[in-house]
Amino acid sequence: MPRRDDISSVLVIGSGPIVIGQACEFDYSGTQACRVLRSEGLRVVLVNSNPATIMTDPEFADATYVEPITPEFVERVIAQERPDALLATLGGQTALNTAMALDANGVLEKYGVELIGASVEAIEKGENRESFKAIVEGLPEAWGAEVARSSICHSMDDCLAAVEDLGYPVVVRPSYTMGGVGSGIARDEEELHRIAGAGLAASPTTEVLLEESILGWKEYELEVMRDKADNVVIVCSIENLDPMGVHTGDSITVAPAMTLTDREYQRLRDIAIGVIREVGVDTGGCNIQFAVNPENGRIVVIEMNPRVSRSSALASKATGFPIAKIAAKLAIGYTLDEIPNDITRETPASFEPTLDYVVVKVPRFAFEKFPSADERLTTHMKSVGEAMAIGRNFTEALQKALRSLERPQAAFDWHREWVDLDKDALLAEIAVPHDGRLKKVMDAMRAGATLDELFEATKIDPWFLDQLALINEIAAEVTAADELTPALLRKAKRHGFSDEQLGKIRGMSADVVRGVRHALGIRPVYKTVDTCAAEFAARTPYHYSSYDEETEVEPREKPAVLILGSGPNRIGQGIEFDYSCVHASLALSEAGYETVMVNCNPETVSTDYDTSDRLYFEPLTLEDVLEVIHAERQAGPVVGVVVQLGGQTPLGLAAALEREGVPIVGTSPAAIDLAEHRGAFGQVLADAGLPAPKHGTAISFPGAKKVADEIGYPVLVRPSYVLGGRGMEIVYDEASLADYIERATEISPEHPVLVDRFLDDAVEIDVDALYDGTDLYLGGVMEHIEEAGIHSGDSSCALPPITLGAEDLDKIRASTRAIADGVGVRGLINIQFALSSDVLYVLEANPRASRTVPFVSKATGVPLAKAAARLMLGESIADLRAAGVLPATGDGGDLGPHAPIAVKEAVMPFNRFRTLEGKTVDTLLGPEMRSTGEVMGIDAQFGTAFAKAQAGAQEGLPTSGKVFVSVANRDKRHMIFPVKRLADLGFEIVATAGTAEVLRRNGVEATVVRKLSEVPDAGASRLNELISSGEVGLVINTPHGSTSGGSPRVDGYEIRTAAISAGVPCITTVQGLAAAVQGIEAAREGGVGVRSLQSWAEAVRTGAGAE
Amino acid sequence: MSRTPAILVLEDGRTFHGESYGALGETVGEAVFSTGMTGYQETLTDPSYRRQVVVMTAPHVGNTGINTEDPESSRIWVAGYVVRDPARVASSWRATRTLEEDLAEQGIVGISGVDTRALTRHLRERGAMRVGISSVSTDAEALLATVKSAPSMSGADLAGEVTTAEPYVVPAQGDKRLTVAAVDLGIKAMTPQRMAERGIEVHVLPADATLEQVRATGADGVFFSNGPGDPAATTDAVALLQDVLRDGTPFFGICFGNQMLGRALGLETYKLKYGHRGINQPVMDRTTSKVEITAHNHGFAVAWPGDLDAPHETPYGQASVSHVCLNDDVVEGLEVHDADGELLAFSVQYHPEAAAGPHDAEYLFDRFADLMRARRGETTEATTEGTVR
Repeated sequence: MPRRDDISSVLVIGSGPIVIGQACEFDYSGTQACRVLRSEGLRVVLVNSNPATIMTDPEFADATYVEPITPEFVERVIAQERPDALLATLGGQTALNTAMALDANGVLEKYGVELIGASVEAIEKGENRESFKAIVEGLPEAWGAEVARSSICHSMDDCLAAVEDLGYPVVVRPSYTMGGVGSGIARDEEELHRIAGAGLAASPTTEVLLEESILGWKEYELEVMRDKADNVVIVCSIENLDPMGVHTGDSITVAPAMTLTDREYQRLRDIAIGVIREVGVDTGGCNIQFAVNPENGRIVVIEMNPRVSRSSALASKATGFPIAKIAAKLAIGYTLDEIPNDITRETPASFEPTLDYVVVKVPRFAFEKFPSADERLTTHMKSVGEAMAIGRNFTEALQKALRSLERPQAAFDWHREWVDLDKDALLAEIAVPHDGRLKKVMDAMRAGATLDELFEATKIDPWFLDQLALINEIAAEVTAADELTPALLRKAKRHGFSDEQLGKIRGMSADVVRGVRHALGIRPVYKTVDTCAAEFAARTPYHYSSYDEETEVEPREKPAVLILGSGPNRIGQGIEFDYSCVHASLALSEAGYETVMVNCNPETVSTDYDTSDRLYFEPLTLEDVLEVIHAERQAGPVVGVVVQLGGQTPLGLAAALEREGVPIVGTSPAAIDLAEHRGAFGQVLADAGLPAPKHGTAISFPGAKKVADEIGYPVLVRPSYVLGGRGMEIVYDEASLADYIERATEISPEHPVLVDRFLDDAVEIDVDALYDGTDLYLGGVMEHIEEAGIHSGDSSCALPPITLGAEDLDKIRASTRAIADGVGVRGLINIQFALSSDVLYVLEANPRASRTVPFVSKATGVPLAKAAARLMLGESIADLRAAGVLPATGDGGDLGPHAPIAVKEAVMPFNRFRTLEGKTVDTLLGPEMRSTGEVMGIDAQFGTAFAKAQAGAQEGLPTSGKVFVSVANRDKRHMIFPVKRLADLGFEIVATAGTAEVLRRNGVEATVVRKLSEVPDAGASRLNELISSGEVGLVINTPHGSTSGGSPRVDGYEIRTAAISAGVPCITTVQGLAAAVQGIEAAREGGVGVRSLQSWAEAVRTGAGAE
Repeated sequence: MSRTPAILVLEDGRTFHGESYGALGETVGEAVFSTGMTGYQETLTDPSYRRQVVVMTAPHVGNTGINTEDPESSRIWVAGYVVRDPARVASSWRATRTLEEDLAEQGIVGISGVDTRALTRHLRERGAMRVGISSVSTDAEALLATVKSAPSMSGADLAGEVTTAEPYVVPAQGDKRLTVAAVDLGIKAMTPQRMAERGIEVHVLPADATLEQVRATGADGVFFSNGPGDPAATTDAVALLQDVLRDGTPFFGICFGNQMLGRALGLETYKLKYGHRGINQPVMDRTTSKVEITAHNHGFAVAWPGDLDAPHETPYGQASVSHVCLNDDVVEGLEVHDADGELLAFSVQYHPEAAAGPHDAEYLFDRFADLMRARRGETTEATTEGTVR
C-alpha cells in the first residue's frame, strides 16, 4: 500500500514554547515529520510559535507560520493555506489539544481538513479515562491487564466522596494536561483540597481522576507503532529505575527493560498491542505505561498517549528507530513493511529493535533557580532537561549519564569521608524521591544498609541496587589497591568510572589518570547503535563509547569538523544552542566537510543520526571529548572542533582542548577568555573609547563593599563565567551585599564576584553579529521591552528596535565592530548594551552563539549560525554574501521599511513549582534567568506582534473586561497614561487604594480592592477571588522595592501567584504595560492576520512591504 | 566475586579472553548468536540448541534468575554459554535460584566478560563456525586443535539425541475436541501447551515413531516439532512425513518440522550463513500480507526452486511459500494444497509457540485446528480467546 495520493498538502502543528514537560523532543519529531513529508513531495504548512526550533527554519516547510498555537490562529492559517490534512500527533499535547479544539468547533469540517496520524475518535478513546479503562478491562482475561481502582471527579465534592472508597494516599491526575500538570499524591484531606483543586482548574474539561496508590510498583513504558494494515511493532521497552510515584520525566529510566522475564514482557507487549488496536491509532505511534507489582506481577495499565511523546524521542535515540519519521510515513499511507530501516538499509521498519547495550536517561533539575520550591519528586514533572548515555552495561551507561549532567555533584563520589554516615537517617532520606537520591543510596550502602533495607526504603528493584553495590565495590577496590594496575583500571573503566572519579579516589588529578591510562593503552572503543544487535551491517555511523575490545569507527577521506553540542537542556542553555549546532553541521556538510556531532541530549535534533555525517552520543566532558577526537583522528584528518555554538558547555572545554593540542576553529580560546576577563575586556573597551558601567571585582565582602561604595548602589553582583545569570542579583544596600557574599559559595581568586553599577532606568539592547576580522555583519539589534535588570533571556524584546534612532544604531554598529575586532572574533558575537541618558554602555560581550541567534535568524530571514560556521572554517563575510548565505547588501541593523517587527517573549515555568506549603513560587522577573522557552510574534506593527507574542506565550491579552492594577510608587507616574487608555477602551479598572487614588486624580475611575496586608483576616481574599475566578482578565503588578534573596513583599507575591494559577496574564513592568496596551488596541481593531516567514522574506526582498 | 580466567577460541583462530561463567571446564560446539533481550531461560532449555554454543547479544543475562514455570524442557541443552555481564542476584518474584547456580549444577561451561558484539560481528561476517570455551586451560592453541577436531553441524543427525524416550500424552484443556500426534524432534514444552489450550490432546511420540504408531493415536493431524541438527541428515522422519501426506492427514510443522516438510516435498535445505536466532524477526504471511514479529531459531532453511511467487508441483499436491522473512527473503513457511485446492499441510520455519518471543503467530495453532476440523467436515470455530489476532 503505497502512500496516499489524495493528499497533497499537510498542516503540521508544533508544540510551541519549551516548557517543563514539553521540550525540544517535539522539535526533533516535528523536524523529522517535515523532512519526510517534503521528501514525499507534499506541501508542508507549519504552525509553531517557537522561533528557537529547527522545524521553523524556512527551509523545512513550504509555508512556516510562527504564530500562536491557538485554535483561532491555526484556523486563520487553515483558511489561508487550505491544507488537505492536519498532522497533530508530533507536536505534543499542545498540538493534539489544538487539533481536538479545531475538530470540536467545526473548523476541520468547514475547510475539509482530514486529521491524519490518529483520528479524533482514537485520541478521545486514548485520553478519556473512562473509555481507556473500558478498553483495558475488555482485553482478554488471560493477559491480566487491570486499571488502578479509580473515580472520575468533576468537583471537590466528587473527590471527597471518591476518597471514602479509595482511601489515602490517593493519586490525582487531571485530564488533558501535559507533563502531569496539576497531578500529585494526596495523603490527607488537606492535600486533596490543594492538589485536586489545582488539578480541576488545570484541566480544560474540569476533570480529575482519583486512583488507588500504586506507589513503589515497578514502572515500565512501551513504545508502539501501528500501520493501517494492522501491523504492530514495539520499538522499545523502558524501565524506570525510580518506581511508581515519580513522573517518568523525572525518573532515571533504562532501556531495554532489565528486570522482566520473557513471559512478563510478552504480557505487556500483548496488552500494548491490544490497547493500540482498541484505541484505534492506526497510522502512527503511541506509548503505554505500566505498573507491575514486584510482589506478584499484577499489571496495572496506567495510561497511553495516542501521539509521539518525550519517551518516543528517547526510544528513537536509544534504538536507532526514528519513531517520528516512521509515524509521519504511516500517516500518509505507507505500511511498516514498505519503509526501509535507515540504519541497515536492507531490512524493513516492520521489526522490533534489539539492543546489545544499555541506555540510561537521567533528568536535570533547576531547583537552584527556585529556592523556595519543594524539591520532592512526585507525579508532577519538575525537571527541565535530561541527558542520555549508552554503555555496554548498566553501570557504564549510568555513570556516563550522571557525568553528562554537567553538575559536579551529580556523579558518584568516593572522595568524601564516610565515617559519619548515619544509616538510619540516610534510609529515611532515600524513602522520599528527590534529585540526587541515588548518591544517598550509595552512601547508605557504605553505611552498611543491606539490599533488603534499601529495597524497603526505595522500592528500587534489587537488580539495580546490586548494580549500584557493584559500583561501590569497585570503588572500594580502587581505594584499597596498592597501585592502579592495568587490570583494575580497565575493570573500573568498564563500569563507567571517569578519570576524574578515579583521580579523586587515588588522590591524583584526572590528567594524571588519563596519562597513565593512555600509557597503558586503555582507551574506549566505539560501538554502533544499529537496531539489530549486529545481526546486520549498520550503514549509519551512530556511535557510543565503551571499554570493550573492538572499535567500529570506519576510516574516512574527507576532513572532519567536530561540533560539540550543548548537553542537557537547562534554564539558560536550551534548544537555541542546539539550533546553532545543527545549522553548523548542515552548513559544513554543504561546504564539503565530514561533520561529527558530539552530544548527550536525547531530545534534540543534533542527536538525530540524520543530522550529521557521524554522531557520537557521549558526555561533554574533557575526557569523553578527547577520546572521540582521538578516535576520529585515527579514522582520518580532523580540521578542528567547533565550540562556540553549543553554549557554555563546549566553551568551557575550549582552553583545555587547545592545551591538549586540539585545534579550535573560529574565535580562539584566548579571545573567548579575554571577553570573560574583566581587566582585558576593559582594556578593549578603553582602547575603543566605549563606556561600561562602573565596575569592579572582589573575592571577599570588604572588597565588594569597597567597590560598591565607590560606584554607588544599586549594584549588580554575579559570579564570573556563568550562563543564564545564575547567581546574579541586584543589590540595593550594604546589608544585602553582605548577605549575597555570604550565600555565594564558589568565590575564589580564579572566580571572583563581579560588581557592576546597575543602570536603573536604562533601555537594554542585545546585538548578535558576525565578524571575520575585516567585515562586520550586524545580525540583529533587539530592544528589550522590560527595563534593565531583567535577564535578557527572560525579557521580551523587539527586532528591529522600536524606539531607537539612527544615531543610536550607528553607535551600536560602531561599538560592535570595535569590540569584535578588539576581542578577535571569527564568527558570532553577542553584545549587551544599555542606553541610559543617551550614553551607550557596554554591559557584556560573549564571543559565541547566543540564545537569540535563532530568533534573529527567523526575524530577519538570514541563517546566522550557518554563516558563522563557515566563517569559523575560514570563509569571509564577502564570500558568504557572494555565496548567497548572507544578503548581498545590507544587514540586520538596517532592515528597511518593509521588514516586519518581531517580538520575542519568554515563557516562565512558575506554574510547575510549588513551595513546601503548596503555594506557587513567586513569579517576579530579575537578573537571574528562569524562563524555559520563548515565543515569537511577527507582524507589520509592534502592537500586533506583541499581542501575538502574548497569545503564544500565555493566555493572550483580553480585549475587554476588568483589569487589576497595583503598582509600586516609583511606577505610578508612568502607569497613568496606559491605564487611562485601557479605561478609554472600555476596560473596568480595579486597583489597590494607592494606585486608585493616583488614577482618580488623573480622571480614571477605579474600583478599590484592599491589599492583603490591609486586612488581617480571611475577608481579604476578595482580591485573590477576583483573580482566581477569572473575573479579572489582566493583572498589572510591579514589584515594591528590592527583590534580593527571593523574598519580595508578600502582597505582590499573592497577587502574582494567583494570576499564574488562574492563567491570567500578569504584567510586572510599566514598559510591559505600555506594550500590552498597544497589543490590546491592535487586537481590538480585529483582523489580526497570519503570514508565513517565506511570505515575509519575499516581501522584504521585493520591497513589497507589509500589507 | 572472583572468577577464573577463561578463553573462547573460534575455529578460524580468533580468540577472546574472559572469565568463567557457570561450570568450570571445557566445551566445544557450533557458535551461534541469539539477539533476544528476554527469555534466556527458554533459550537454554530449547533442545534445538543441542551442540551449540550460544552467544547472547544482550549484555545483561540472568537478571530475573531461574523459575520453575518457564523452562521449555527438563534440562539445559546448550553446549556452552557466552555472555558479557552476568547478573549477581536474581530479581523476580518468581525466581527460585540464580541462573549461574543452574548452569553450574547442570555442568554448562560458559564464559563472561567477552566482547560479545565483536564476536557476533565476526560470526555475521564469516558465518557460523565451531568454537571452544575453556576455563581449565588458557592454551588457545590446544583449544583450537580440539575445536577443529569437533564434528561440524552440517550432516549432524541430532533428533535422536534430544527426543523423548517414551511416548507421552499432554491432555487437552477443557473439552477434548481433537487429537494430534506430535513427533518430538526436539519439542519445546510450550508447543503441546498451545495445542492443549485449544482442546487438542497431544500424543508426543519419539523421533523414530512409525506410521503405525502415528495412526494408533487416532490423530486428526500430525505435527513435527522443532529440533537440532542438519535436516538433510534426518531421513527417517522425512519418510514418515511422506507417508502422512500420502494418507491425506492434516500436517503442521514448526522449524525443523518445516524443513522436514520441505524435504518430504522434494525440496532442498541449506545452511544459512549465520542463521536466524532472536525474537524480533519480521515475517510476512503471504496469504494475508500481514507482518508478524516472530521468534526464530534456525541455522538451516528450505531452498525454494525459482520464483517465491510460483507454486511448485509435488506428488502430494501443489506447494507454495506461505511466509517469508522480510529481512532477507528466507522461506519461513510452506503450504501444500491437495488436488481440490484444499489445504493439506503447512509449516513455518519460526516459532509460533513463542517461548521466548512475541505471540503474533499464535494464530497458526488456530489454523491447524481449523484444518483438522475441516478435514473432519466440521465448521471452523472462532479463534481461541487469548489469541492476539
